Amino acid sequence: MDDGLTPKLQWRVARVVDSEPETESAQTIGLAVPGWGGHLAGQHVDLKLTAEDGYSAQRSYSLSRPADGERIELTVQQIADGEVSPYLTGVRPGEEIELRGPIGGWFVWRPVEQARILLVAGGSGIVPLMAMVRQRIVMGSTEFRLVYSVRSPADVYYAQELGHLERDCDWLRVAVVYTRTATPQTARPPGRVGSGDLAVPGWTPDDGLRVYVCGPTGFVESVTTKLIGQGHRPSALRTERFGPSG
Amino acid sequence: MMTELTHVDGNAAAGAFAEVLGFDVTTATLTCAGCGRFGPFAESHVYHRAPGIVVRCPGCENVLARLVQTPTDVWLDLRGAQSWHIPFPAR
Repeated sequence: MDDGLTPKLQWRVARVVDSEPETESAQTIGLAVPGWGGHLAGQHVDLKLTAEDGYSAQRSYSLSRPADGERIELTVQQIADGEVSPYLTGVRPGEEIELRGPIGGWFVWRPVEQARILLVAGGSGIVPLMAMVRQRIVMGSTEFRLVYSVRSPADVYYAQELGHLERDCDWLRVAVVYTRTATPQTARPPGRVGSGDLAVPGWTPDDGLRVYVCGPTGFVESVTTKLIGQGHRPSALRTERFGPSG
Repeated sequence: MMTELTHVDGNAAAGAFAEVLGFDVTTATLTCAGCGRFGPFAESHVYHRAPGIVVRCPGCENVLARLVQTPTDVWLDLRGAQSWHIPFPAR
């Protein structure tokens, strides 16, 4: 009951339902959250771990797909010297984790929106953008383009699904940009995302498109500078940055 | 060589602010008391690997807001923003 005094965003206990490797160093974790009321594509949750001595650490993780009833899903990249991610990537079904959410109404995509969508992901920044792609599968009518920057083919999240979706969905095109090591059949030499990688064939910044950029801070700054240089209006860009702590 | 940037953005502080204020701050438009720039909270620079959260203007790095949580209280300092423009969700 809303008594006007209880905070609207409260910590609650979620139970791990399943956990599957996404890459060698990332894990996709399914959680059951009693009373979960759904969320928007692009939103995140805060997770909290508390030690026996009371010390606690929190991190934000994007939700990777629309909710399935009370089941939510996220993908966690393990940061070697991180405080939270090494624990999360090792959780087993049945374990409990404290979380609050869904959080954030800015970096979200709603299926009723008509604008064409350009998604630009750096590394694990793919997670909230994948939620948007998966939401679009269920609902919506607009065109999506995804530019996904990763170090090497082994680092691609959701690789098989993205391959299938690109083949089966006429509204989606995916361009994977390898920064360090490419597949033998990739024509583009490995390297950071450049202006050419961000130019969508047939689309211009004047088309009223919306751009979502998610990745490490340096990646987001570099990409948004290039997009604005290409004539995209700053108001058409939505960004989400994450830091090196895990 | 890209320098390591230590900030993230307002999205990362949304949970802590929502817990205290009871609404989603990311879509609020803040006007900086330092330089007059206005923009969404989501695009502000956030430094949160510290005892508190510091929110800075992406234009001039003036402190827009600070939030410090103790075991029993929350301290909130909002004087760095001249105004907060908060959209109401559709009711």
